[in-house]
Amino acid sequence: MGFKFQNVDFLKFDTLLNEDERLVRDTARAFVEDNLVPIIEDCFREGRFPRELVPQMGELGFFGANLHGYGCAGMSNVEYGLVMQELERGDSGFRSFVSVQSALVMYPIYTFGSEEQKQKWLPDLASGRKLGCFGLTEPGFGSNPGGMTTRARKVGDEYILNGEKMWITSGNIADVAIIWAKVVDDPEPGKETVRGFLVETDRPGFRADEVHGKWSLRASVTSGLSLQDVHIPASNLLPGSGGLKSPLMCLNQARYGISWGAIGAAMSCYDTALQYAKTRKQFRNEPIASHQLIQEKLVWMISEISKAQLLSLHAGRLKDAGTLTHEIISLAKRNNVWMALECARMARQVLGANGITEDYPIMRHMMNLESVITYEGTHDIHALIIGGHITGSPAF
Amino acid sequence: MKIIVAIKQVPERDARIRIDSGNKWIDLEDVEFSMNESDAYALEEALQLKEAHGGEVIVVSAGPERAGKTIREALAKGADRAIHLQSSDETELAAYDALGVARLLAASIQDEKADLVLTGLQSDDLGLGQTGVILAELLGLPHASLILKIEVAGNGLKVLRELEDGWFQHIELATPAVLTIQSGNTKLRYATLMGIKKAKTKEVRVIAVADLVASDPSLKPTAPSVVLDQVKLPHKQRSTQLLGGSPAEAAAALVEKLQFEVRVI
Repeated sequence: MGFKFQNVDFLKFDTLLNEDERLVRDTARAFVEDNLVPIIEDCFREGRFPRELVPQMGELGFFGANLHGYGCAGMSNVEYGLVMQELERGDSGFRSFVSVQSALVMYPIYTFGSEEQKQKWLPDLASGRKLGCFGLTEPGFGSNPGGMTTRARKVGDEYILNGEKMWITSGNIADVAIIWAKVVDDPEPGKETVRGFLVETDRPGFRADEVHGKWSLRASVTSGLSLQDVHIPASNLLPGSGGLKSPLMCLNQARYGISWGAIGAAMSCYDTALQYAKTRKQFRNEPIASHQLIQEKLVWMISEISKAQLLSLHAGRLKDAGTLTHEIISLAKRNNVWMALECARMARQVLGANGITEDYPIMRHMMNLESVITYEGTHDIHALIIGGHITGSPAF
Repeated sequence: MKIIVAIKQVPERDARIRIDSGNKWIDLEDVEFSMNESDAYALEEALQLKEAHGGEVIVVSAGPERAGKTIREALAKGADRAIHLQSSDETELAAYDALGVARLLAASIQDEKADLVLTGLQSDDLGLGQTGVILAELLGLPHASLILKIEVAGNGLKVLRELEDGWFQHIELATPAVLTIQSGNTKLRYATLMGIKKAKTKEVRVIAVADLVASDPSLKPTAPSVVLDQVKLPHKQRSTQLLGGSPAEAAAALVEKLQFEVRVI
């Protein structure tokens, strides 16, 4: 139920987009409106990932959209961002799945993989024939991934992996996991370097257990991974990876997309609140949209959404020019997810009691955004990344 | 098979429209535009025919520069090339009625010698339902309107035509032909991201309306046979009727009203 989405564009933002960017956004918007919106409340309630949409998304080019070649669409980063926005306007969990497939699985193979690895994996990941997951976070190491305990030991032509990974989106549906592990005695005895490995999920010793009881991102799969003496050929090492910088580069890709995605969730909440406020009557039989305190909330939302749009577009243009820094990404992710969560809370209030039901998307967005503000660098960690950058004094 | 699809860019169906100060048309400021719905189905039919039988799909559209986005969308969905009959502003084409526009379209596509010309049965904005049919006459081709399905049969076509009241008609006709397409019989495809990228490389031949008219003075706008006199928004009215009698009588009265007054069932 809810209302049919009406474009949210206070600033004439669309005039900043070129024809292709608008067409890409229109395709993603129509896809979400036709295919995801009608089923998402059921998926969320049932805790079901709508896997049936994967092949069509592959055909449309949504996976690894900003990568070039290997069956990828070769979109600009702004176009990629607009796709993320529309997907998350549908649902943050659904967008998370695409972010993981694109930014955390395809991007590292594309960036750190050998030609053979790219040929083997990217076309199948782009089409959705194969799915992937990204194992960096561990039960004891979230904001501090450098402390990871997962180890890879080279024995002959193989690596043997041992460790636990936690909060892994798509863990149970993945055909391949990008596992980040410290390599024992690499490159010299006693020294350990973080490297990325392609681990096929059907290898003996690899296990994924779904996380149950989530009140957030219920339309995507979240898992814990266990690796016990998992043998993989040495050729499964991502040769270009080296040090914690490598997984952080992946996270930067994903965080950039999240900054756009959060705008989508906020747009959905704002648009719902606006349409509701125009129809809901209270006192003197006037729509509540005419009430000052409701207007103040709507104005706060549209102001923050408009600023966030400019911020992400700016980041996207910088990224396309090759000059985007990770501090700017931190600022965009931190600001936009925060404002989206505030929009969800405000929009919920505009809808009164109706706001808590699944008849409207707001509570779902709000619950989802509690994850989004935590994953891929928490709100506070991003503050410290920016803080460390502007002061020159790292706080962690 | 060489197929030409005539498409029109119209204000989006959900656009919140205002009447302009002259009461002759809507205020186009801030209006979103999209491909006319039945034209989108015509394009889909053309693309499916091409996929099944090979050939080429060419889109033609008359409109100002903004129509370029709709043309690009058609190319992104899979059309091979396009002809943009470009007006210099929002008003140039308004001087033509359906006959005049059909003349311009005919002049811009007659050299293509297409096997099939498709277009939507009517536009979502003016809703005249004339352009496609007149185009057939001007091109000297047979036509059929309200078409839901096209199949290739021998050297010609077998088409399914919608009649009123749930009746359908099967027609066989020879090519070349012009068909006007009814919406809703198939699922429209999305422009894929790869398609959008590829569209940039496809040919869009821009013909200025003024140049076309200069080359053939008979295309000059003549006194239109149909004149748009006034545009107004439907009057908003709200009334409540209580249907009396037994539940069965009230239900029968309700069904009658739904059937014959508001015509929704």
